[in-house]
This record gives sequence, structure tokens and C-alpha cells, in this order.
Amino acid sequence: MPPVIVAQHLHKRYKDFVAVHDASLDVHEGEIFGLLGSNGAGKTTTVEILQGLRKADGGEVRVLGLDPASQGRELRWRIGSQLQQSALPDHVRVGEALDLFSAIIPGGHDWRHVMEQWGLADKRKDSFHGLSGGQKQRLFIALALVNDPELVFLDEMTTGLDPAARRVAWDLVRQVRDMGTTVVLVTHFMEEAERLCDRIAVMDAGRIVAEGSPSSLVAEHAEFVTVAFSTDAPDVSWLEDVPHADKVTRHGARVEVRGGGPVLAHVGAALVAHGITPSDLHVERPTLEDVFLTLTGHAMEE
Amino acid sequence: MSPAAVRKAHTRVLLKLTWLEIKLLAREPVTLIFSFVFPILVLVLLGGIFGDDHMHRGAYAGIKMMDWYVPAYIGLVIASIGTVSLPVHLASYREKGVLRRFRASGVSEASLLGSQLLVTLGVAFIGALIITIVGMAAYGAREPASPAEVALAYMIGVFCFSAIGLLLASLAPTARAAQSIGLLLWFILLFVSGTSAPLDRLPDWMVTLGKWLPLYHVVVSLVDPWVGRGTNWAQLGIVAAAGLAATAVSLRFFRWE
Repeated sequence: MPPVIVAQHLHKRYKDFVAVHDASLDVHEGEIFGLLGSNGAGKTTTVEILQGLRKADGGEVRVLGLDPASQGRELRWRIGSQLQQSALPDHVRVGEALDLFSAIIPGGHDWRHVMEQWGLADKRKDSFHGLSGGQKQRLFIALALVNDPELVFLDEMTTGLDPAARRVAWDLVRQVRDMGTTVVLVTHFMEEAERLCDRIAVMDAGRIVAEGSPSSLVAEHAEFVTVAFSTDAPDVSWLEDVPHADKVTRHGARVEVRGGGPVLAHVGAALVAHGITPSDLHVERPTLEDVFLTLTGHAMEE
Repeated sequence: MSPAAVRKAHTRVLLKLTWLEIKLLAREPVTLIFSFVFPILVLVLLGGIFGDDHMHRGAYAGIKMMDWYVPAYIGLVIASIGTVSLPVHLASYREKGVLRRFRASGVSEASLLGSQLLVTLGVAFIGALIITIVGMAAYGAREPASPAEVALAYMIGVFCFSAIGLLLASLAPTARAAQSIGLLLWFILLFVSGTSAPLDRLPDWMVTLGKWLPLYHVVVSLVDPWVGRGTNWAQLGIVAAAGLAATAVSLRFFRWE
């Protein structure tokens, strides 16, 4: 089956700022694909090109077999889109917005189902400008899904949602995927990418620096583990000579030993040999955050 | 998707969007003040000054001033919507991201702009009714001699100024800019188009300037069938041509964001 999205060597520059530099990616049918990166990494520009809302300066794009630049309308009738920056008229009501957007596509769909699914039923008669940030966000997601799209773009969909609502949104997005819709998720939340996405492309300064499932990215780009424990022993510098240990750091009583695969067993043996038997000895596996740091050289700013 | 199904969907969105815009106006009626209340207010003021007067000179000599002003102010209502209300409305939609939202969901230009044209037709019609009633009841203005021909001129006038509104919205960078540009244009139109001081009392250069601007032609094309002179095809032709030109230019420069 051909990929739902094929993008090759995308370039986009705004005056003297290169927003997207040689970005290539494939999105497969039925997956949740995450585009992860800091603000300004080029994620939004990339998905806007994929939706035909912006023209790339270079590169090839096919989305659902269509060219977004020249077949934009046809494409937008088959996809759903939740944009990072958009609005509705202040006085439009939730139900009216859903009714209007459901009418855009030939055939049209029943919007009451998404309204209930996204917890908007009791807001049906409320005006857009009276909604909270989270409610607006849920309305935009509902509008993106109202026509049962084959592919949906969600750009920072959980921004403005509280942690509980965020978890509900994740569950709903999984349901959307399980019903057969391919999801492209733009996010700068590590946890969201790690928990929700089947595959991730990490974007930094306009480039895609890695692509793969969260676990394979961790296995590939963060091979080290961190062994941590507490002790009041004054000198533990001998830990640096333990096989597979790369780096020892100490903050008060807490000691961390960073190293490769079997380092935990060696640290344990060395501690016992020095008469130290901490009860909190444990290993911390690397996370996507460590991968991000390794790949981009900077932490994700919130 | 069959072309018939696509057309049907476009029509459905056009009608829903039009109906929605009407409801939005009804929820925020203050936006209608400039379109309706202001022209009516000026009509009342001018009626107080020139109410019993007649045109003294020129092609319309002998015509009762209020029989000129009532159709002329219908033209001014149309011009107010086209130069200020419509461009500010569309530019603020663009500024807030409403147009971006519409476009990303596949709303067509034709549906969006068509709905604005339909709303303008409706809003200006209510304004025209009020002006006619006030003019006839308070100042004894005559009824239109040929309502069907007035309606034709009205529709072509609305088309022309909707296109000008779209053009201003396309060219103005922000809603505030649209408002400043629109008000300036509106003020010039007000004074040189026979919609304030009577044309026969204006200096020649102002009359000439007026003839280079669209409102004068809309006014004359409305006045002629109103006072029993029949359809002025030459004027209607100018109005339609200005509308087509504005449409062509604005479609070239129209921006969703």
C-alpha cells in the first residue's frame, strides 16, 4: 500500500529565514505520526505545505495521491485540519459551526456525534468567544473530524488543555486512528509524542534529524542508561573505573553513573565490594527527551 | 465526486454561510449603525435644510430635492457597506484567522464572497426601505416611478460596491487599515456624489471628481428610474464595468491570510 503522505526534499524559506530545509518524510495509512520539535523548528510550515496552505519552494509532495499545491480544494475535502492559529467569528455558536463545517463536503455528515464525543454537547448554544481555551481547542478538533476524514492534521492539539483533558484527547485520537483515520500530530510535548505516536519525526531548525518509533529512536540514539543511588560515603570517585561507566556525577547524597548496557551489574558489584549497600539502587532508562537532547543539542523549551 | 454533487455542496455552504452572517449581524447590531443609521441621519439633516427646495440648474433642474436625495441615499447605504463595513469585516476575519480556518476546511472563494454579496444585498435592502419610508413620510418624497428599474439599478450598484469592498479588503493589510482607507474614501464619495450638498451647487472640479468615482454613477442610475426618466443604461454600464474591474483586481489580490 503506498504511503498516505510522501514528501521529499521540502524547502521553504521566508525572506532570509529558512523554515524547512530538505525535509523528507513518509506517513503510512492507519498510523499516528508525530512531528516533534521546539517552537520555530519548522513543524507547522511543513504540515501547512502538506495541506496545500503554503507552497514549498522546492521538493515533491503527494498527499492521498494528490498534489496539495495544485489540487488543494480536492485534498482539503478529504482531510481534516486543526490549525494552530485560527478562529471563528465571535458570535457563532458551537452547533452552528459544526453544522456549517459538516456541510462543506458533498454528502455531508452528522455532526452531533463528534459534538458529543468531544464533550461539547452542553456548549452547543454557546458563542465561540465565550468558550475557554480548552473548549475552543476541542471544538477545532471536532471541526477537523466532522467530515470523517481519511487523514487528519492536529497541530498542537493539546495546547490549552488541562492534564486530565489532555489524556481524554489522547484516548480519543487513538479511537480516531482505530477507526481507520491516519493522524499527523504536531507537538512539542515529549510525553504526548512518546505515548501517542506510532512513529515520530524529530525536527530541528528546519531539518528532520531522526525518524522512527519512539522505542526504536530511544534504542538507536540513547544507548546509555543511568544508575542512581544515595550514599553518605564521602568519596565514590573509584566508580569511574567500573567497567562500562562513562561519567559519575554527585548531587549531595545522590550519585548518578552514566554508562553502557551492563553497567548496572558492575556498579552493584563495586558498591558491595566497598561495603556500600544502598536500598535505592536503580537504573533509569533513557527517554525520548534524552534522544531529543542528543539529536538537537538543546532541551525542548516549553 | 460528481460535478453536480460538488455544485450542490457549494450552494449549500453559500446558503448556510449567508444565513450565519445574517444571524451574526443580528447578534451584534451595532455593526449596522454605520451602514444604516448614519445615512438616515444625514438624510434627515439634509431634509431639514433642503426639504422644500428644488434643483435650480443642470440636467435635473426643477426636480424636488428630496426626490433626488431618497434614491441617492439608497446609493449611499450601498457605498457605506462597500467602502467600510464589508472591507473591515473581511479584513478582521483574515486578521483573526477565520479565513484561514474556512480555507483549511475547503470553503471556496465563491461561497465566501458570494455570501458577503448576498448579505450586502439584504442589509442594503433594509436600509433602502427605511430611507424610502422616512423620505416619503417626513418629507413628502415621491414613490419610485418604476420600482423594477430601480431594483435593477440597486442590484448592479450592490454588485459594484461589494466588489469594491472586496478590493479594499484584499489590499488593506489590517482591519484598522481597512477602516481608515474606507472612511477616507467614503468621506470623499459623500461630498462629490450628490449625496450631501446638491450637485448643482458644487464647484465644477468637485463634480468632475465625482464623475471619476463610482458612487455618482450609482446615484444617477438609481435617481433616473425613481423620478420617471427610465433606466439610464449608460450609467448602469459604467457601474457594472467598475464592478467587474474591481472583481477582477480583487480576485487577483485576494488573500486568505
